[in-house]
Amino acid sequence: MAKLLATIRFIAGALALAFIIATVTPAPVSAQGGPTAATSEQQLMQQLRDGVIAGQVSIPDKKAGNLIHPAGRDWRTFHTVTLKWIGGIAILGILALLVIFYMWRGTMKIEGGRSGRTMVRFNAFERFVHWLTASTFIILGITGLNITFGRALLLPIMGPEAFSTWSEWGKYTHNYLSFAFTIGVVLVFLTWIGQNFPNAADVEWLKAGGGMGKGGAHPPAHKFNAGQKLLYWFIVIGGAVMIITGYMLMFPFYYGMGIGDMELAEIFHGVVGVLFVALIIAHIYLGTVGMEGAFEAMSEGTVDLNWAKEHHSLWVQEEMGRGAGGARTQPAE
Amino acid sequence: MARMKFLCDADRCIECNACVTACKNENEVPWGINRRRVVTLNDGKPGERSISMACMHCTDAPCAAVCPTNVFYTTADAVVLHNKDLCIGCGYCFYACPFGAPQYPQVGNFGSRGKMDKCTYCAGGPEADGSKAEYEKYGANRLAEGKLPLCAEMCSTKSLLAGDGEVIAQIYKERVKVRGYGSGAWGWQTAYHESIAS
Repeated sequence: MAKLLATIRFIAGALALAFIIATVTPAPVSAQGGPTAATSEQQLMQQLRDGVIAGQVSIPDKKAGNLIHPAGRDWRTFHTVTLKWIGGIAILGILALLVIFYMWRGTMKIEGGRSGRTMVRFNAFERFVHWLTASTFIILGITGLNITFGRALLLPIMGPEAFSTWSEWGKYTHNYLSFAFTIGVVLVFLTWIGQNFPNAADVEWLKAGGGMGKGGAHPPAHKFNAGQKLLYWFIVIGGAVMIITGYMLMFPFYYGMGIGDMELAEIFHGVVGVLFVALIIAHIYLGTVGMEGAFEAMSEGTVDLNWAKEHHSLWVQEEMGRGAGGARTQPAE
Repeated sequence: MARMKFLCDADRCIECNACVTACKNENEVPWGINRRRVVTLNDGKPGERSISMACMHCTDAPCAAVCPTNVFYTTADAVVLHNKDLCIGCGYCFYACPFGAPQYPQVGNFGSRGKMDKCTYCAGGPEADGSKAEYEKYGANRLAEGKLPLCAEMCSTKSLLAGDGEVIAQIYKERVKVRGYGSGAWGWQTAYHESIAS
């Protein structure tokens, strides 16, 4: 009896299996195309979605689903060729221009000589904001340039081990100092926003070339002239770009960022970074050897009255007009 | 010397992931890192294809070009290897790599990714061949023992081929000729600037 039941079960099972196979067998593939017709690399390369040929993977790291990512080659060209040219031209170019300018113009003197009377230009908080941003920027700039130019310039001198150690520390310094720099840029933005809106005096100032020529009359300016305002807005906007793209690179692939976003972040970070360095070199020049009486504004916080009258005549008037101006200017003893 | 390459015959790959497991075991690859993975295109749809992918050991490798500390080197067998002692974990090789090969032991935390890890073509690293230090950092050095990468050696359908590029290209061409179709050598155009006419 049991044997009969087993036989019936076997026959029924075989029939059921045959039925299933008969119904699910797919239609035969067309003789011409073959089974590969739907998927070819060439065809997928032509219709890249988000710049990658991607599929499914059974491992948790879903980034691994990107099979081929040809755009990496373009990014490589940017990083190894384009960025080096932009950076080299911007930084060496500004240095060359400054040397030529210095040889032609020399240090811009206070024309009326020192008056012996000083007035407060930047209070302690303003100077703190400046030097917080400045000191972190210099270190970020050097460690950042090292990533792009170090391999060509420093590696042959330092040797692989020393250069690698320095670069690794440079990377950590770059990453962690970014927080202080971010605070600096935010404070720069908030501290001086009031004096940095463009106005009519800026047009005149720019027309007169900032009075930087030999014997040129100093065009009037408020607390900040047009050049300083341009610098301010570059620091605020360029700084924001550096901060955003920098954090994107520090937190790779967060919030659904793909490899294309990471590459784009590096491109913006690199280009704005080298332009930033070039601009700040010019700023340092004008604040030190380029102009007599300028550096003390950020070191002591005070400037000579004659310097202020020559470079920021409208600002002096405003300060004097406040009545409190008298109290704010003090004889230098 | 031979010019070593990988070739995955997508018309044979059955997505069994044995290559992935073989690689992980042979090289003691750390948790979270996959030197090799199988990607399935058009999953569940007509024309579904699986391709086993790892570092392709490119000609003129992009990773080597963008590395800020120059850690990459190419062996006489044209295998692209790297020196972990000099790696600063910046992540640039991953951005440049067309195949997503470079991996990092840590993800994201303030850019401290750790030392990059990738397929070594079972050829170890700069340390002495077969040394303990080499094994700990890079895994097995089968090439020095005259063996090919384990992923390809134990592929059950012989979809994944490793060896002299010209030899494996010839094997693939013969397959395509006999069966009448082939979806091409995936990644060869990107990695070696050449394709196999099928």
